[in-house]
Amino acid sequence: MAVSTMSFKPTLPLLISAFVSLLTGCNEANKLSLSERSIIYCSEGSPETFNPQLSTSGTTTDAIAKQLYNSLIVYKGQNNTLGPSLAKDWHVTRDGKKITFYLRQDVRFHQTNYFTPTRLFNADDVLFSFNRILDKSHAFHHVSGGQYPFFQSIKFDELVDKVEKINDFTVRFILTRNDSSFLANLATDYASILSAEYGEKLFIENTPHKIDILPIGTGPFKLKDYRVGSLIRFYRHDLYWQEKAKIEQLVFDISPSKTSRLTKLLAKECDVSSYPIAHEKIAERSDLLLESITSLNVGYFGFNTKKQPFDNKLVRQAISLAINKQAIIDTVYRSQAARAKSILPETSWAYDSNTPEMAYDPVRAKSLLAVAGYPQGFTMDLWAMPVQRAYNPNAVTMAKLIQADLKKIGVKVKIVSYEWSTFLRRLSLGEHQSFLLGWNADNPEPDNFFTPMLSCSASENGNNRTFWCNKEFDQLLQKALKTTNMSKRKSYYAQAMAIISEEVPLLPIAHSKRFQARGTDVEGDILSTFGGISFYQASKTKLTSEPHNLAKPDKSKKVSN
Amino acid sequence: MLTFTLRRISLFIFTMLVLTLLSFSLSFLFPGDTVINHSGQINATASELVQLNKAYQMDKSIVDQYGAYLTHILNGDFGQSMASQSPIRNEIIELLPATIELSLVALLIAMVVGIPLGFIAAINHNKASDNVILSLAMLGYSIPVFWLGLLAILVFSIGLGWLPSAGQISLLFEIEFVTGIQFIDILLSDSPYKWQAFSNASAHIILPACVIALAPATIFIRLSRAAMIEVLAASYIRAARAKGLSFQQIIFRHAIRNALIKIIRHVGLQFANLVTIAMVTEVIFSWPGIGRWLIESIYQRDYTAIQSGLLVLSCFIFIIHILTDFIYAALNPLARGNQHGS
Repeated sequence: MAVSTMSFKPTLPLLISAFVSLLTGCNEANKLSLSERSIIYCSEGSPETFNPQLSTSGTTTDAIAKQLYNSLIVYKGQNNTLGPSLAKDWHVTRDGKKITFYLRQDVRFHQTNYFTPTRLFNADDVLFSFNRILDKSHAFHHVSGGQYPFFQSIKFDELVDKVEKINDFTVRFILTRNDSSFLANLATDYASILSAEYGEKLFIENTPHKIDILPIGTGPFKLKDYRVGSLIRFYRHDLYWQEKAKIEQLVFDISPSKTSRLTKLLAKECDVSSYPIAHEKIAERSDLLLESITSLNVGYFGFNTKKQPFDNKLVRQAISLAINKQAIIDTVYRSQAARAKSILPETSWAYDSNTPEMAYDPVRAKSLLAVAGYPQGFTMDLWAMPVQRAYNPNAVTMAKLIQADLKKIGVKVKIVSYEWSTFLRRLSLGEHQSFLLGWNADNPEPDNFFTPMLSCSASENGNNRTFWCNKEFDQLLQKALKTTNMSKRKSYYAQAMAIISEEVPLLPIAHSKRFQARGTDVEGDILSTFGGISFYQASKTKLTSEPHNLAKPDKSKKVSN
Repeated sequence: MLTFTLRRISLFIFTMLVLTLLSFSLSFLFPGDTVINHSGQINATASELVQLNKAYQMDKSIVDQYGAYLTHILNGDFGQSMASQSPIRNEIIELLPATIELSLVALLIAMVVGIPLGFIAAINHNKASDNVILSLAMLGYSIPVFWLGLLAILVFSIGLGWLPSAGQISLLFEIEFVTGIQFIDILLSDSPYKWQAFSNASAHIILPACVIALAPATIFIRLSRAAMIEVLAASYIRAARAKGLSFQQIIFRHAIRNALIKIIRHVGLQFANLVTIAMVTEVIFSWPGIGRWLIESIYQRDYTAIQSGLLVLSCFIFIIHILTDFIYAALNPLARGNQHGS
């Protein structure tokens, strides 16, 4: 109360001078100096943690991974090939079981007001980061819950026998078997490198949990301030081992409401906005840019191959031929998705352009149905997922379109939907006949699409809800994982895709896009096809200059930092 | 003046007692356990619950319970927020200054705009300009604030891009929290961007403050018009005119000063109205004040926060009310002798 009474009098002259300063119009020109060197990003939610090892949520990964941390290796270039990052080089033995990383010797960790590093990045940090995940007796394993969802899903602890320090700047991973997706997994945002020195310091101070709240990494930005539900403030890491970031300050304005993100974007209170609504409105403004990137995901229409009538390949083919995918893409995705020809997106290196596609052909569909023994059609149920996902923004509408398409060939569709967790549980019990679902890739490794979705093992205890199991297909996937010869792998995956096209356990519908809106004064790539966003390359031009780059840049070919 | 002060202080104390009684009884009326509603500790363990029951003397009579509750309030312990589990006292200290700042700026705008317009209307009594001002005032008073706020954002932020639509200041500026009044904190900070921050904060306050100010400004127009008409009809004005004073001398030397005193009495009353409008406006403009916090608490069924928020807000309004009474009494010796209070 004292504040209110005391402040009354001094405030008045201040307020008056505030308005005077406004009226004299001295504000905009000077403000540029700070705003030119900073970017405000309207994000959709608060991160759960500041350690990417602990979460697979997109919001968390976007906020922290590429801003604060680096991995040993990264995906680089147009074809998403692996390139050096904290490891300047690596070597894989012929049997693929020993992988040696040679580390950079000039990498500095963040210096913040809660930690000052005394040494450069070295092998101890790599050991610390991975042993935290692998070693259940590690001092930090159980800090913050002991759950490492990404590494648990790929069974990392079964794959890696141990991590050895050869010398200060050489580390060797010893694997229990050959697995060509290992390097891909190390290049994800989740395999970030933490500081062992910081860990020791916190351990001595008996505050180990701070390692996941007050982060220290090697990335292009360092954490300055975080207020839950309000903002995250990053400063540039001036001693970054690569060229330093172009902006000095990065602020995440946490705005969960879609409309408030739009308002802030239109009112220029944020420079970049995540998942914008009202695409048409943004597109018609000359000072804003709507950009999109085809993510590595797929939305599909799956069949339960263990149930009548979908145990018959001909029925599956007939149904697939009857579906007008383009109409679905125009309606459900508002034309903002690529038509899926196979489960693998065309941006993947393993995509084979010769893969046959089930094109829309209702006449052939009807004749196939007659051959299969259903000239009068039949009645089926279609399970539509109740939630929105990037790969399927509206499953119920999609189900209605499919219903209309199938009616033309005499098949009656009953649409079924449950609450999300019930839906997933009943789906895993195989109660469905057909379903609409999708898959988001964690890394560009093509195996990430095949094995979890369609392998025999996934049909027993995984995500394969078609319950389709094809020995030949599984063998191709195994062969592709055992070799590192890219052209051989590509041919194996091409054969695998051909089998899917022939057998149709599921019908891939679309690879959807991820959207982002920004002011035309913000330059540089932010989105990437997989993994979190990165502001490392982003910069700002003067607001006063005319928007000069109105053409949509091609975002599908992204260089990770 | 002494009796006047004592009378006001006793009025303040008794009103506060009634208010605390009200907020105390809310804990019983809200669903859930009374002691948890008092303290906000929804995750309390069994042993903590025993302690809480003891601290709030739940085993004793209702009078003792009220006494214990009052002691907590007087010690500044409002319990903790059920939603965020942080002490409500800290949240209020962080948020209340922002509301005070916004309300005072809005009050200032309302007075600066409303009072002169009312005077002009009164001086031109029953002429065209009087009617125009009065109809504008009627129109302004009839516009609902949530609609006006959205309209202002649509036009000035999105359409014209002149003024920002959300928050107190651009997030780029880091202003350390000292008093919570943004403008003072900016001046106290040693940021190299102090003056940019200052003008940025000024730009942020204009829209919400003007939206809040509209309704009170129209009331000030009518109040000042009525006061001026009354003063102009008074015998001392006629006497001044008879003595040959010019029109300007009469207005500026005699009429305005006497009319202003009548208006000041109503400022306190209008302030309560203004804070209510400010609460809705804070939600629209994402202003980090106590009004938005209170409305969010209602959404989240955060009973402890609702209870304490109401108490603090009404206490704040009451203090402003008493302050204006004092100013009025200081300016107008006649009011001090009033035997029946006001």
